[in-house]
Amino acid sequence: MSQAPFYVSPEQLMKDRADFARKGIARGRSVVVMRFDEGILLLAENPSPTLHKIAEIYDRIGFAAVGKYNEFETLRQAGVRYADLRGYSYDRTDVTARGLTNAYAQTLAGVFTTESKPFEVELVVAELGHTAEHDQLYRLSYDGSVIDETEHVAIGGRADAITDSLAGLATSQMSLHEVFAHGVQALSAATQSTPAADALEAAILDRTTTKQRTFRRLDDAAMNRLRED
Amino acid sequence: MSGFSPAFLSSTSNSFVELARSLAPETLPQNSGRDLTGQSPEGTTIICFRTATGVLMAGDRRATIGNLIASHSMEKVEAADDFSVIGVAGTAGVALDLIRLFRLELEHYEKIEGAGLSLNGKANRLAAMLRGNLGLAMQGLSVVPLFAGVDASMPQGQIFSFDVTGGRYVEHRFHAIGSGSGFARGALKKLWQPDLDTSAAIGVAVEALFDASDDDSATGGPDFVRQIAPTVFTVDLEHGATEIDSAAVLETATEVVARRTRSARA
Repeated sequence: MSQAPFYVSPEQLMKDRADFARKGIARGRSVVVMRFDEGILLLAENPSPTLHKIAEIYDRIGFAAVGKYNEFETLRQAGVRYADLRGYSYDRTDVTARGLTNAYAQTLAGVFTTESKPFEVELVVAELGHTAEHDQLYRLSYDGSVIDETEHVAIGGRADAITDSLAGLATSQMSLHEVFAHGVQALSAATQSTPAADALEAAILDRTTTKQRTFRRLDDAAMNRLRED
Repeated sequence: MSGFSPAFLSSTSNSFVELARSLAPETLPQNSGRDLTGQSPEGTTIICFRTATGVLMAGDRRATIGNLIASHSMEKVEAADDFSVIGVAGTAGVALDLIRLFRLELEHYEKIEGAGLSLNGKANRLAAMLRGNLGLAMQGLSVVPLFAGVDASMPQGQIFSFDVTGGRYVEHRFHAIGSGSGFARGALKKLWQPDLDTSAAIGVAVEALFDASDDDSATGGPDFVRQIAPTVFTVDLEHGATEIDSAAVLETATEVVARRTRSARA
Protein backbone atom coordinates (compact mmCIF):
# COMPACT_ATOMS: atom_id res chain seq x y z
CA MET A 1 0.00 0.00 0.00
CA SER A 2 2.56 2.58 1.09
CA GLN A 3 4.41 4.54 -1.55
CA ALA A 4 8.03 5.52 -1.36
CA PRO A 5 8.09 8.94 0.32
CA PHE A 6 9.00 11.89 -1.89
CA TYR A 7 11.31 14.50 -0.52
CA VAL A 8 9.64 17.89 -0.15
CA SER A 9 11.84 20.76 0.96
CA PRO A 10 10.57 22.75 3.98
CA GLU A 11 10.43 25.88 1.83
CA GLN A 12 8.16 24.15 -0.66
CA LEU A 13 6.01 22.67 2.10
CA MET A 14 5.45 26.06 3.76
CA LYS A 15 4.84 27.74 0.43
CA ASP A 16 2.25 25.15 -0.55
CA ARG A 17 0.44 25.55 2.73
CA ALA A 18 0.55 29.34 2.51
CA ASP A 19 -0.79 29.25 -1.05
CA PHE A 20 -3.55 26.90 0.02
CA ALA A 21 -4.59 29.14 2.93
CA ARG A 22 -4.34 32.30 0.86
CA LYS A 23 -6.56 30.84 -1.87
CA GLY A 24 -9.22 29.91 0.68
CA ILE A 25 -9.17 33.39 2.20
CA ALA A 26 -9.19 35.17 -1.18
CA ARG A 27 -12.54 33.57 -2.06
CA GLY A 28 -14.31 35.30 0.86
CA ARG A 29 -15.54 38.83 1.31
CA SER A 30 -13.66 41.42 3.30
CA VAL A 31 -13.87 42.95 6.76
CA VAL A 32 -12.52 46.32 7.77
CA VAL A 33 -11.89 47.49 11.33
CA MET A 34 -11.42 51.22 11.86
CA ARG A 35 -10.85 53.43 14.87
CA PHE A 36 -13.03 56.49 15.23
CA ASP A 37 -12.90 59.30 17.80
CA GLU A 38 -15.15 57.59 20.35
CA GLY A 39 -14.49 53.94 19.67
CA ILE A 40 -13.74 51.26 17.11
CA LEU A 41 -15.95 50.33 14.14
CA LEU A 42 -16.00 46.75 12.84
CA LEU A 43 -17.58 46.56 9.39
CA ALA A 44 -18.07 43.51 7.19
CA GLU A 45 -19.69 42.63 3.94
CA ASN A 46 -21.92 39.78 5.02
CA PRO A 47 -25.24 38.86 3.44
CA SER A 48 -26.14 36.52 6.33
CA PRO A 49 -27.85 38.20 9.28
CA THR A 50 -27.02 35.34 11.65
CA LEU A 51 -23.65 33.86 10.67
CA HIS A 52 -21.52 36.62 12.09
CA LYS A 53 -18.03 37.62 11.04
CA ILE A 54 -17.85 40.18 13.83
CA ALA A 55 -18.26 39.31 17.47
CA GLU A 56 -17.74 40.26 21.07
CA ILE A 57 -14.95 38.52 22.96
CA TYR A 58 -14.93 40.55 26.17
CA ASP A 59 -15.83 43.88 27.74
CA ARG A 60 -13.52 45.94 25.52
CA ILE A 61 -12.35 43.36 22.99
CA GLY A 62 -13.91 42.78 19.57
CA PHE A 63 -13.19 40.07 17.02
CA ALA A 64 -13.47 40.06 13.24
CA ALA A 65 -12.66 37.21 10.89
CA VAL A 66 -12.72 36.10 7.27
CA GLY A 67 -12.20 32.70 5.71
CA LYS A 68 -13.75 29.37 6.54
CA TYR A 69 -16.71 29.82 8.86
CA ASN A 70 -16.30 26.69 10.97
CA GLU A 71 -12.63 27.44 11.55
CA PHE A 72 -12.94 31.05 12.66
CA GLU A 73 -16.02 30.14 14.71
CA THR A 74 -13.91 27.59 16.62
CA LEU A 75 -11.26 30.26 17.16
CA ARG A 76 -13.85 32.83 18.26
CA GLN A 77 -15.32 30.44 20.83
CA ALA A 78 -11.85 29.57 22.08
CA GLY A 79 -11.23 33.29 22.54
CA VAL A 80 -14.46 33.72 24.52
CA ARG A 81 -13.56 30.74 26.74
CA TYR A 82 -10.04 32.05 27.26
CA ALA A 83 -11.26 35.54 28.13
CA ASP A 84 -14.11 34.50 30.42
CA LEU A 85 -11.97 32.03 32.35
CA ARG A 86 -9.14 34.51 32.71
CA GLY A 87 -11.47 37.31 33.81
CA TYR A 88 -13.06 34.99 36.37
CA SER A 89 -9.76 33.64 37.76
CA TYR A 90 -8.11 37.07 37.99
CA ASP A 91 -10.05 40.21 37.24
CA ARG A 92 -12.00 41.58 34.30
CA THR A 93 -9.30 44.20 33.70
CA ASP A 94 -6.68 41.45 33.32
CA VAL A 95 -8.15 40.30 30.02
CA THR A 96 -6.15 42.07 27.32
CA ALA A 97 -6.08 41.97 23.54
CA ARG A 98 -2.33 41.42 23.70
CA GLY A 99 -2.70 38.20 25.69
CA LEU A 100 -5.52 36.99 23.47
CA THR A 101 -3.58 37.85 20.31
CA ASN A 102 -0.61 35.87 21.60
CA ALA A 103 -2.80 32.83 22.18
CA TYR A 104 -4.28 33.15 18.68
CA ALA A 105 -0.85 33.60 17.13
CA GLN A 106 0.57 30.52 18.86
CA THR A 107 -2.45 28.41 17.94
CA LEU A 108 -2.43 29.52 14.29
CA ALA A 109 1.31 29.02 13.99
CA GLY A 110 1.10 25.60 15.64
CA VAL A 111 -1.60 24.42 13.27
CA PHE A 112 0.19 25.93 10.27
CA THR A 113 3.42 24.02 10.88
CA THR A 114 2.27 20.75 12.42
CA GLU A 115 -1.23 19.90 11.18
CA SER A 116 -1.98 18.52 7.75
CA LYS A 117 -3.96 21.59 6.77
CA PRO A 118 -3.57 25.21 7.97
CA PHE A 119 -6.51 27.33 9.15
CA GLU A 120 -7.92 29.25 6.18
CA VAL A 121 -8.64 32.37 8.22
CA GLU A 122 -7.48 35.88 8.94
CA LEU A 123 -8.45 37.60 12.17
CA VAL A 124 -8.52 41.04 13.70
CA VAL A 125 -8.46 41.48 17.47
CA ALA A 126 -9.40 45.01 18.53
CA GLU A 127 -9.20 46.42 22.02
CA LEU A 128 -10.89 49.63 23.03
CA GLY A 129 -8.65 51.70 25.31
CA HIS A 130 -10.04 53.83 28.13
CA THR A 131 -8.50 56.72 26.18
CA ALA A 132 -8.03 56.86 22.42
CA GLU A 133 -4.25 56.46 22.55
CA HIS A 134 -4.66 53.04 24.19
CA ASP A 135 -6.76 51.55 21.36
CA GLN A 136 -5.15 48.46 19.85
CA LEU A 137 -5.66 46.71 16.51
CA TYR A 138 -3.96 43.40 15.75
CA ARG A 139 -4.15 41.60 12.43
CA LEU A 140 -3.41 37.87 12.49
CA SER A 141 -2.63 35.75 9.45
CA TYR A 142 -3.22 32.06 8.80
CA ASP A 143 0.42 31.31 9.72
CA GLY A 144 0.25 33.09 13.07
CA SER A 145 2.07 36.25 12.04
CA VAL A 146 0.83 39.38 13.80
CA ILE A 147 0.76 42.95 12.57
CA ASP A 148 -0.02 45.82 14.90
CA GLU A 149 -2.03 48.55 13.11
CA THR A 150 -2.65 52.12 14.20
CA GLU A 151 -5.71 53.54 12.40
CA HIS A 152 -7.52 50.87 10.38
CA VAL A 153 -7.00 47.34 9.18
CA ALA A 154 -8.61 45.24 6.46
CA ILE A 155 -8.63 41.46 6.03
CA GLY A 156 -10.04 39.11 3.43
CA GLY A 157 -9.92 38.67 -0.32
CA ARG A 158 -9.74 42.36 -1.19
CA ALA A 159 -7.83 43.59 1.84
CA ASP A 160 -5.13 45.25 -0.25
CA ALA A 161 -7.62 47.23 -2.33
CA ILE A 162 -9.38 48.40 0.84
CA THR A 163 -6.12 49.33 2.55
CA ASP A 164 -5.11 51.30 -0.56
CA SER A 165 -8.33 53.27 -0.68
CA LEU A 166 -8.07 54.07 3.05
CA ALA A 167 -4.36 54.85 2.91
CA GLY A 168 -3.33 58.00 4.75
CA LEU A 169 -6.69 58.48 6.51
CA ALA A 170 -6.38 59.26 10.23
CA THR A 171 -9.73 57.70 11.07
CA SER A 172 -9.14 58.02 14.81
CA GLN A 173 -9.73 61.76 14.44
CA MET A 174 -13.09 61.34 12.69
CA SER A 175 -16.64 60.80 13.88
CA LEU A 176 -18.47 57.49 13.51
CA HIS A 177 -20.50 58.97 10.60
CA GLU A 178 -17.42 59.84 8.59
CA VAL A 179 -15.61 56.61 9.38
CA PHE A 180 -18.68 54.53 8.50
CA ALA A 181 -18.97 56.35 5.15
CA HIS A 182 -15.26 55.79 4.43
CA GLY A 183 -15.60 52.13 5.36
CA VAL A 184 -18.62 51.49 3.13
CA GLN A 185 -16.93 53.36 0.29
CA ALA A 186 -13.75 51.32 0.65
CA LEU A 187 -15.71 48.06 0.69
CA SER A 188 -17.69 49.07 -2.40
CA ALA A 189 -14.60 50.35 -4.24
CA ALA A 190 -12.95 46.98 -3.66
CA THR A 191 -15.93 45.04 -5.05
CA GLN A 192 -17.09 47.69 -7.57
CA SER A 193 -20.61 47.62 -6.17
CA THR A 194 -22.44 49.36 -3.34
CA PRO A 195 -23.56 46.89 -0.68
CA ALA A 196 -27.09 47.32 0.65
CA ALA A 197 -27.51 47.85 4.39
CA ASP A 198 -28.79 44.32 4.83
CA ALA A 199 -25.65 42.95 3.19
CA LEU A 200 -23.48 44.73 5.76
CA GLU A 201 -22.68 43.64 9.27
CA ALA A 202 -21.44 46.28 11.68
CA ALA A 203 -20.67 46.67 15.34
CA ILE A 204 -18.85 49.19 17.49
CA LEU A 205 -16.81 49.16 20.65
CA ASP A 206 -18.22 52.27 22.26
CA ARG A 207 -16.06 54.40 24.56
CA THR A 208 -18.99 56.61 25.62
CA THR A 209 -21.13 53.85 27.12
CA THR A 210 -21.48 53.54 30.89
CA LYS A 211 -21.93 49.77 30.59
CA GLN A 212 -19.15 47.32 31.34
CA ARG A 213 -19.58 45.58 28.00
CA THR A 214 -18.79 48.10 25.27
CA PHE A 215 -19.56 45.93 22.21
CA ARG A 216 -22.79 46.87 20.42
CA ARG A 217 -24.15 45.57 17.12
CA LEU A 218 -25.58 48.11 14.70
CA ASP A 219 -28.84 46.87 13.19
CA ASP A 220 -30.03 47.78 9.69
CA ALA A 221 -31.95 50.80 10.98
CA ALA A 222 -28.88 52.15 12.79
CA MET A 223 -26.73 51.62 9.69
CA ASN A 224 -29.26 53.37 7.47
CA ARG A 225 -29.29 56.33 9.86
CA LEU A 226 -25.49 56.48 9.67
CA ARG A 227 -25.65 56.39 5.87
CA GLU A 228 -28.33 59.06 5.54
CA ASP A 229 -26.83 61.81 7.70
CA MET B 1 2.42 23.87 21.47
CA SER B 2 1.48 26.98 23.45
CA GLY B 3 -1.54 29.11 22.61
CA PHE B 4 -5.01 27.99 23.59
CA SER B 5 -5.35 24.93 25.73
CA PRO B 6 -6.79 22.18 23.47
CA ALA B 7 -9.97 22.17 25.57
CA PHE B 8 -10.73 25.74 24.48
CA LEU B 9 -10.78 24.63 20.85
CA SER B 10 -12.55 21.31 21.29
CA SER B 11 -15.12 22.17 23.97
CA THR B 12 -18.72 21.95 22.86
CA SER B 13 -20.25 23.36 26.03
CA ASN B 14 -21.89 26.77 26.27
CA SER B 15 -21.78 26.70 30.08
CA PHE B 16 -19.09 28.64 31.87
CA VAL B 17 -19.48 26.61 35.06
CA GLU B 18 -18.81 23.39 33.16
CA LEU B 19 -15.77 24.97 31.51
CA ALA B 20 -14.37 26.18 34.83
CA ARG B 21 -15.07 22.83 36.48
CA SER B 22 -13.05 20.98 33.86
CA LEU B 23 -10.20 23.47 33.40
CA ALA B 24 -9.85 25.45 36.63
CA PRO B 25 -11.82 23.73 39.41
CA GLU B 26 -9.79 25.59 42.06
CA THR B 27 -11.50 28.84 41.09
CA LEU B 28 -15.00 27.55 41.90
CA PRO B 29 -16.55 27.56 45.39
CA GLN B 30 -15.43 24.39 47.14
CA ASN B 31 -16.71 21.99 49.72
CA SER B 32 -13.97 22.44 52.34
CA GLY B 33 -15.03 19.40 54.40
CA ARG B 34 -15.35 21.41 57.61
CA ASP B 35 -18.49 22.67 59.28
CA LEU B 36 -18.25 26.45 58.95
CA THR B 37 -21.66 27.30 60.39
CA GLY B 38 -21.46 30.33 62.65
CA GLN B 39 -18.05 31.44 61.37
CA SER B 40 -19.04 33.09 58.15
CA PRO B 41 -21.08 36.22 57.47
CA GLU B 42 -24.73 35.71 56.60
CA GLY B 43 -28.24 37.11 57.05
CA THR B 44 -30.32 39.28 54.79
CA THR B 45 -33.71 40.27 53.57
CA ILE B 46 -34.38 40.34 49.83
CA ILE B 47 -37.82 41.21 48.51
CA CYS B 48 -39.22 41.13 45.02
CA PHE B 49 -42.62 41.96 43.58
CA ARG B 50 -44.48 42.70 40.37
CA THR B 51 -45.05 46.32 39.35
CA ALA B 52 -47.15 47.94 36.64
CA THR B 53 -44.35 47.60 34.07
CA GLY B 54 -42.23 44.67 35.29
CA VAL B 55 -40.61 43.67 38.55
CA LEU B 56 -38.78 45.34 41.44
CA MET B 57 -36.15 43.67 43.61
CA ALA B 58 -34.62 45.21 46.72
CA GLY B 59 -32.26 44.05 49.46
CA ASP B 60 -30.71 45.41 52.65
CA ARG B 61 -26.95 45.92 52.92
CA ARG B 62 -26.01 44.19 56.19
CA ALA B 63 -23.95 41.02 56.68
CA THR B 64 -23.55 39.45 60.14
CA ILE B 65 -21.36 36.88 61.87
CA GLY B 66 -23.25 35.67 64.92
CA ASN B 67 -24.05 38.79 66.93
CA LEU B 68 -21.54 40.98 65.08
CA ILE B 69 -22.13 43.07 62.00
CA ALA B 70 -19.57 42.03 59.39
CA SER B 71 -20.45 44.60 56.75
CA HIS B 72 -22.68 47.65 56.47
CA SER B 73 -22.47 47.99 52.74
CA MET B 74 -22.74 44.60 51.08
CA GLU B 75 -24.51 44.49 47.72
CA LYS B 76 -26.76 41.44 47.67
CA VAL B 77 -28.93 42.38 44.72
CA GLU B 78 -27.37 42.81 41.29
CA ALA B 79 -28.34 42.88 37.65
CA ALA B 80 -27.75 39.39 36.24
CA ASP B 81 -27.81 40.75 32.69
CA ASP B 82 -29.63 43.55 30.84
CA PHE B 83 -33.11 42.14 31.57
CA SER B 84 -32.91 40.24 34.84
CA VAL B 85 -31.84 40.66 38.46
CA ILE B 86 -30.63 38.27 41.13
CA GLY B 87 -30.60 38.65 44.91
CA VAL B 88 -28.99 36.15 47.25
CA ALA B 89 -29.50 35.39 50.93
CA GLY B 90 -27.17 33.20 52.94
CA THR B 91 -23.45 32.83 53.54
CA ALA B 92 -21.88 35.96 52.10
CA GLY B 93 -18.85 34.49 50.38
CA VAL B 94 -20.82 31.79 48.61
CA ALA B 95 -23.63 34.24 47.82
CA LEU B 96 -21.30 36.71 46.11
CA ASP B 97 -19.59 33.89 44.22
CA LEU B 98 -22.96 32.62 43.08
CA ILE B 99 -23.94 36.07 41.76
CA ARG B 100 -20.61 36.46 39.95
CA LEU B 101 -20.78 32.97 38.47
CA PHE B 102 -24.37 33.32 37.39
CA ARG B 103 -23.75 36.65 35.65
CA LEU B 104 -20.80 35.11 33.84
CA GLU B 105 -22.83 32.03 32.97
CA LEU B 106 -25.42 34.18 31.19
CA GLU B 107 -22.79 36.34 29.48
CA HIS B 108 -20.78 33.29 28.37
CA TYR B 109 -23.85 31.61 26.90
CA GLU B 110 -24.82 34.79 25.07
CA LYS B 111 -21.35 35.21 23.56
CA ILE B 112 -20.84 31.57 22.61
CA GLU B 113 -24.33 31.12 21.14
CA GLY B 114 -24.73 34.62 19.75
CA ALA B 115 -28.14 34.95 21.42
CA GLY B 116 -29.36 35.30 24.99
CA LEU B 117 -31.24 32.69 27.02
CA SER B 118 -34.99 32.98 27.60
CA LEU B 119 -36.09 34.01 31.10
CA ASN B 120 -37.18 30.46 31.91
CA GLY B 121 -33.88 29.17 30.55
CA LYS B 122 -31.95 31.50 32.87
CA ALA B 123 -33.99 30.35 35.88
CA ASN B 124 -33.41 26.68 35.01
CA ARG B 125 -29.69 27.31 34.60
CA LEU B 126 -29.58 28.92 38.07
CA ALA B 127 -31.43 25.92 39.54
CA ALA B 128 -28.85 23.59 37.99
CA MET B 129 -26.02 25.65 39.51
CA LEU B 130 -27.62 25.35 42.96
CA ARG B 131 -27.93 21.60 42.56
CA GLY B 132 -24.21 21.54 41.83
CA ASN B 133 -23.64 23.45 45.06
CA LEU B 134 -25.44 20.88 47.20
CA GLY B 135 -22.28 19.82 49.06
CA LEU B 136 -21.90 23.33 50.45
CA ALA B 137 -25.56 23.53 51.38
CA MET B 138 -25.27 20.32 53.41
CA GLN B 139 -22.55 21.88 55.55
CA GLY B 140 -24.81 24.73 56.52
CA LEU B 141 -23.30 27.21 54.07
CA SER B 142 -26.46 27.42 52.09
CA VAL B 143 -27.43 30.23 49.79
CA VAL B 144 -30.86 30.80 48.38
CA PRO B 145 -31.30 33.14 45.44
CA LEU B 146 -34.28 35.06 44.20
CA PHE B 147 -34.35 35.69 40.48
CA ALA B 148 -36.63 37.91 38.42
CA GLY B 149 -36.74 39.50 35.03
CA VAL B 150 -38.58 40.11 31.81
CA ASP B 151 -38.20 38.84 28.28
CA ALA B 152 -40.06 39.27 25.02
CA SER B 153 -42.38 36.34 25.76
CA MET B 154 -43.03 37.57 29.32
CA PRO B 155 -43.02 41.38 29.13
CA GLN B 156 -44.96 41.60 32.42
CA GLY B 157 -42.10 39.85 34.22
CA GLN B 158 -41.73 36.72 36.28
CA ILE B 159 -40.31 36.01 39.74
CA PHE B 160 -38.56 32.73 40.58
CA SER B 161 -37.67 31.45 44.04
CA PHE B 162 -35.40 28.48 44.74
CA ASP B 163 -34.41 26.15 47.52
CA VAL B 164 -30.96 24.72 48.27
CA THR B 165 -31.77 21.47 46.52
CA GLY B 166 -32.28 23.34 43.24
CA GLY B 167 -36.08 23.39 43.34
CA ARG B 168 -37.47 26.22 41.24
CA TYR B 169 -40.80 27.91 41.96
CA VAL B 170 -42.69 30.63 40.12
CA GLU B 171 -44.00 33.42 42.37
CA HIS B 172 -47.01 35.25 41.01
CA ARG B 173 -47.16 38.45 43.05
CA PHE B 174 -44.37 38.98 45.54
CA HIS B 175 -41.77 37.02 47.48
CA ALA B 176 -39.11 37.56 50.13
CA ILE B 177 -36.11 35.50 51.21
CA GLY B 178 -33.59 35.69 54.05
CA SER B 179 -33.70 35.91 57.83
CA GLY B 180 -36.10 38.90 57.83
CA SER B 181 -38.31 37.59 55.06
CA GLY B 182 -41.24 36.72 57.34
CA PHE B 183 -41.63 40.33 58.46
CA ALA B 184 -41.09 41.69 54.96
CA ARG B 185 -43.66 39.32 53.50
CA GLY B 186 -46.14 40.39 56.17
CA ALA B 187 -45.65 44.00 55.12
CA LEU B 188 -45.96 43.15 51.44
CA LYS B 189 -49.26 41.35 52.06
CA LYS B 190 -50.74 44.64 53.29
CA LEU B 191 -48.93 47.11 51.02
CA TRP B 192 -48.54 45.39 47.67
CA GLN B 193 -51.07 46.08 44.92
CA PRO B 194 -51.01 45.21 41.26
CA ASP B 195 -50.01 48.09 38.99
CA LEU B 196 -47.71 49.98 41.37
CA ASP B 197 -45.83 52.72 39.51
CA THR B 198 -42.08 53.05 40.07
CA SER B 199 -42.13 55.64 42.86
CA ALA B 200 -44.96 53.87 44.72
CA ALA B 201 -43.11 50.57 44.29
CA ILE B 202 -39.91 52.03 45.80
CA GLY B 203 -42.03 53.22 48.76
CA VAL B 204 -43.47 49.72 49.28
CA ALA B 205 -40.00 48.16 49.03
CA VAL B 206 -38.53 50.55 51.63
CA GLU B 207 -41.47 49.97 53.99
CA ALA B 208 -41.14 46.19 53.76
CA LEU B 209 -37.36 46.25 54.31
CA PHE B 210 -37.82 48.68 57.20
CA ASP B 211 -40.22 46.24 58.86
CA ALA B 212 -37.71 43.42 58.37
CA SER B 213 -34.84 45.45 59.85
CA ASP B 214 -37.07 46.51 62.75
CA ASP B 215 -37.51 42.95 63.98
CA ASP B 216 -34.58 41.00 62.48
CA SER B 217 -31.10 41.80 63.80
CA ALA B 218 -29.42 40.39 60.68
CA THR B 219 -31.21 42.86 58.39
CA GLY B 220 -29.98 46.44 58.19
CA GLY B 221 -32.26 49.47 57.90
CA PRO B 222 -31.52 52.58 55.86
CA ASP B 223 -28.27 54.02 57.28
CA PHE B 224 -28.54 57.81 57.47
CA VAL B 225 -25.17 58.17 59.20
CA ARG B 226 -23.19 56.55 56.38
CA GLN B 227 -25.77 57.42 53.71
CA ILE B 228 -26.23 53.74 52.83
CA ALA B 229 -29.59 52.93 51.26
CA PRO B 230 -31.03 49.51 50.44
CA THR B 231 -30.24 48.32 46.92
CA VAL B 232 -33.27 48.70 44.66
CA PHE B 233 -33.48 47.45 41.06
CA THR B 234 -36.37 47.72 38.64
CA VAL B 235 -36.65 45.66 35.45
CA ASP B 236 -38.92 46.32 32.51
CA LEU B 237 -38.75 45.64 28.82
CA GLU B 238 -38.28 49.29 27.89
CA HIS B 239 -35.39 50.24 30.20
CA GLY B 240 -33.98 46.84 31.17
CA ALA B 241 -32.52 46.28 34.64
CA THR B 242 -31.98 49.67 36.27
CA GLU B 243 -30.56 50.42 39.71
CA ILE B 244 -32.47 53.18 41.50
CA ASP B 245 -30.18 55.99 42.63
CA SER B 246 -29.39 55.59 46.33
CA ALA B 247 -30.14 59.28 47.01
CA ALA B 248 -33.72 58.71 45.78
CA VAL B 249 -34.06 55.60 47.95
CA LEU B 250 -32.74 57.47 51.00
CA GLU B 251 -35.24 60.25 50.34
CA THR B 252 -38.08 57.72 50.33
CA ALA B 253 -36.62 56.17 53.50
CA THR B 254 -36.59 59.61 55.16
CA GLU B 255 -40.31 59.99 54.42
CA VAL B 256 -41.05 56.50 55.75
CA VAL B 257 -39.13 57.16 58.97
CA ALA B 258 -40.81 60.56 59.44
CA ARG B 259 -44.26 59.00 58.99
CA ARG B 260 -43.50 56.22 61.45
CA THR B 261 -42.05 58.67 63.96
CA ARG B 262 -45.27 60.69 63.82
CA SER B 263 -47.47 57.64 64.34
CA ALA B 264 -45.26 56.35 67.17
CA ARG B 265 -45.62 59.67 69.04
CA ALA B 266 -49.31 60.11 68.37
